[in-house]
Amino acid sequence: MTQRTSPERGVREPTTTAAAAATAVTGGIGDSARRPDGTLKVRGEFAYSSDLWHEDMLWGATLRSPHPYARILSVDLTEALRTPGVHAVLTHEDVPGENIYGLEHADQPVLAVDVVRYQGEPVAVVAADHPETAQRAAKRIRVEYEPLEPVTDMVAAARGEGPPLHPDGNVVRHLRIRKGDAEATADVMVVGEYEVGMQDQAFLGPESGLAVPAEDGGVDLYVATQWLHVDQRQVARALGLPLAKVRLTLAGVGGAFGGREDLSMQVHACMLALRTGRPVKMVYNRQESFFGHVHRHPAKIYYEHGATRDGDLVYVRAKIYLDGGAYASSTTAVVANAATLGVGPYTVDNVAIDCWGVYTNNPPCGAMRGFGAVQAAFGYESQMDELARRLGVDPVELRIRNAIAEGDTMPTGQLVDSAAPVAELLRRVKNLPLPPAVRTEPVDVRELPGGVSNTTHGEGVVRGVGYGVGIKNVCFSEGFDDYSTARLRLQVIGGEATALIHTAAAEIGQGLVTIKQQIVRSELGVERVTVQPMDTSVGNGGSTSASRQTYMTGGAVRQVCHTVRERVLRMAGRRVGRAPDGLALAGGKVVDARGEVVADLAEVLGDEAVEATEVYRHRPTHRVDPERGQGNAHVQYAFAAHRAVVDVDVELGLVRVVQLDCAQDVGRAVNPQAVLGQIHGGSAQGLGLAVMEEIQVVDGRVRNPSFTDYLIPTILDMPPMTVDVLELADPHAPYGLRGVGEPPTISSTPAIVAAIRAATGRALNRVPVRPEHITGT
Amino acid sequence: MDFLRPASWAEALAVKAERPDAVPIAGGTDVMVELNFDHRRPPALLDLTRVAELAEWSERDGRVRLGAGVPYARIIAELGDRLPGLATAARTVGSPQIRNRGTVGGNLGAASPAGDAHPVLLATDAVVEVASTRGVRTVPAAEFYRGVKRNALEPDELIAAVHLDVARGPQQFAKVGTRNAMVIAVCAFGLALHPDRRRVGTGIGSAAPTPVRAPAAEDFLSAELTDAGLWASRRPLPDAVRRRFGELVAEAASPIDDVRGSAAYRRHALAVLARRTLGWAWDEYREGGWSACA
Repeated sequence: MTQRTSPERGVREPTTTAAAAATAVTGGIGDSARRPDGTLKVRGEFAYSSDLWHEDMLWGATLRSPHPYARILSVDLTEALRTPGVHAVLTHEDVPGENIYGLEHADQPVLAVDVVRYQGEPVAVVAADHPETAQRAAKRIRVEYEPLEPVTDMVAAARGEGPPLHPDGNVVRHLRIRKGDAEATADVMVVGEYEVGMQDQAFLGPESGLAVPAEDGGVDLYVATQWLHVDQRQVARALGLPLAKVRLTLAGVGGAFGGREDLSMQVHACMLALRTGRPVKMVYNRQESFFGHVHRHPAKIYYEHGATRDGDLVYVRAKIYLDGGAYASSTTAVVANAATLGVGPYTVDNVAIDCWGVYTNNPPCGAMRGFGAVQAAFGYESQMDELARRLGVDPVELRIRNAIAEGDTMPTGQLVDSAAPVAELLRRVKNLPLPPAVRTEPVDVRELPGGVSNTTHGEGVVRGVGYGVGIKNVCFSEGFDDYSTARLRLQVIGGEATALIHTAAAEIGQGLVTIKQQIVRSELGVERVTVQPMDTSVGNGGSTSASRQTYMTGGAVRQVCHTVRERVLRMAGRRVGRAPDGLALAGGKVVDARGEVVADLAEVLGDEAVEATEVYRHRPTHRVDPERGQGNAHVQYAFAAHRAVVDVDVELGLVRVVQLDCAQDVGRAVNPQAVLGQIHGGSAQGLGLAVMEEIQVVDGRVRNPSFTDYLIPTILDMPPMTVDVLELADPHAPYGLRGVGEPPTISSTPAIVAAIRAATGRALNRVPVRPEHITGT
Repeated sequence: MDFLRPASWAEALAVKAERPDAVPIAGGTDVMVELNFDHRRPPALLDLTRVAELAEWSERDGRVRLGAGVPYARIIAELGDRLPGLATAARTVGSPQIRNRGTVGGNLGAASPAGDAHPVLLATDAVVEVASTRGVRTVPAAEFYRGVKRNALEPDELIAAVHLDVARGPQQFAKVGTRNAMVIAVCAFGLALHPDRRRVGTGIGSAAPTPVRAPAAEDFLSAELTDAGLWASRRPLPDAVRRRFGELVAEAASPIDDVRGSAAYRRHALAVLARRTLGWAWDEYREGGWSACA
């Protein structure tokens, strides 16, 4: 056997042991491997979907309803079609297939027919040779509307009041959770009403994509999305094409946070491309983006907590209303989360929760990081603080006393069968050092509430500390057939064993591309791992949501690595005349049980490419029963706890979050740096909901569709974090890992609001907290 | 849309005379937003970035002539000692990128009640120099703002510069926004103490259809300081004076409820800002460095 060595790449000599060889593979599981797209993104050279370009392409534009609810009396395209440079103006009559789509319920038209149900609903689309021409032509479409009285009150909608906006009425889902004694009584009772405003994902890359008509009558769509295959299914149905003729490739995604789960411009661009025979690009601007994707469900929540004088929770009763807006999107699943996770990470014997998701004429709401758990957590954590106040006990001690743990059951009856270190997370976050209590002069205004705006030099500033802990389900729940597919090809390229990993799972900035490389490196002992473009030529990767991709696509990649490894070791065994059982791959070599190198992997592969495709499924889940909401609905639970320290200018109502620390169990940190990034980002998004982020909707109309008036945190709003990461393996999950992305978003909001309450003494039952809420003016 | 690029001030004025419908653009931080949102489609843009003299400032006889095209970043870096109030306001403008582009001329041209420079221009009795091929005239800042996003410019006029006294007393600016940086004003307040003239100047932003002064507050405080001999004695200001000053400033505003805040909150916050900025300015005056009389 000839041993190929490549000194510049550091390949070891034949006598290398397996252990040493394994360390030669850098960038494996547990390393903070560098992102393959990191340098490009930092340099501003990464191509996002809005950067797509094609020779001869046209630009699409969308005409949207100015009314939250109206009948369409007539549509006149004459002037638009006469505009020089316009190639097509299409309405619902031009939708080639079924004019209906939706993530869970197909209830949304591609283009409105006879009625519009929200401000911003697409009515017609235009293709022109210049984006400005397309925009102007869209404005020349004459649509005659008869405005109708919009349905805007979610609670009234849940009661069945008002006109039905869809054939089955305005209740999308009503879920009941019942556990224990409905009549239970307690020594102490706390009642609270809470409201959560409509948060936007505020991803920085607006909705955009490029549709290219193909010679076979189909279309190739390059788009920024969270789930290629669910887009493909919906687009094909709307276009009346077989799946094979609608091919999607992931374009560069500039953030998502749930806002790209639903379709935006996908069908529109494809319709225009197929009609004109030209590639069509569509890019929303920031204002249009606020109307172009779903938002976080606003909520109205009523809680009643009963406890013993010692602080043991006796019962929790809740009514949770979630405003789904004009179309269902993922409202049914959001309802499931808010209800099943509605008591939080606590053990309670007696639970009665009713949760409604409803249709209104407000902007459609659907997926956003935290997905139902965020809304409930603001309510139940506020209740825990109030209960602690009433009992005169420490709010952290009260939480620890009632904290759920492995072996306990949820209100759905589901056993928590892996680590649930809720009490430990709270202890850890409480034990982190606090910032110095007294500010030293001279004060830098940037460190005070109001920041650079120079509103205080210390006057009126009061400090407060607050805690929050939350629970989130990971992966898709309630019996959904949730799976991911990975294809792996191992071959020699340029003399080096190289793995090509191919999945359809969307990289949206979270770092799945790195995770895939790390898993392949560790499993196959090869350094060079190429991530192929994500597209629909490989099987379904499932949604990049529900904190599921490292679990699911990571699981699929691991599985396909095992299949390929088995084949390669058989090849190696045949080659060296040994049984494959005792062989392993490490450092680009085939080694035996003692770590002795028996063959070079590149030699074993020769000219052959070993390729396999595997599908990974998590353990099955089940729908909860409709009467009492009982059942094993979820795959895995994840937990995070925050402590927030805030300085509040109590006279002006301005807030500076001084410290926001987090403890979270991640099972296994596959990429520690990426884990921290998720926790930082999620915590910042929760901070945004706590103190500034809200789409203000009045009578069904959005009042602030811009980054001038929809504010997201800046570096002066978000403090540097201390993050305590626990790694308690979940035996049911690949590598023991636990989804990371959502939990930090859930607990940071209630922690910050608790801290503001501590500083101000105000009740603050609504987020975001506005200055007026603090000053009472 | 025509994009007109004069290379000199004379040429710019000639172009504006010929094309009064041309919208001047310097940093573009307001105009481009208007265009991007499709709020306006002017037939022509008049790019002033090649007019070198607009980006210059000079000082003569205790007065600064600030070219309309000097960006906020340079006001902070080069004029913080001479124009401390304007520099403080400049620090609150947008992001570093916006401060590199945005100009006081642009603030005046847009005449938005939320423009960060306005309260200080009012408080310091700044004078706007405007020009056309017909000649040059000056307009006090207090007479420049004529309505929501309307100013005193004739269609053929351009803003050449702003004239401000080199500060002869403490100046302050504070603005309330619901974010700690990069935020548009919910309301703002500018204050200038003029010990040389024994007067006080004020300016209110984002709490009326235009930036406004608070004359009653100015008169009240000027009288209190003078009558009690405080300019000379530099004794501490009674709390009651600071509070009354705040109330009078709040009363001068005519705010509305909007997406950024309620009218009631704006009034409340203005009273707080006025009281606090007066405290800081008076402390600075007491610490010395400023002469009591010219």
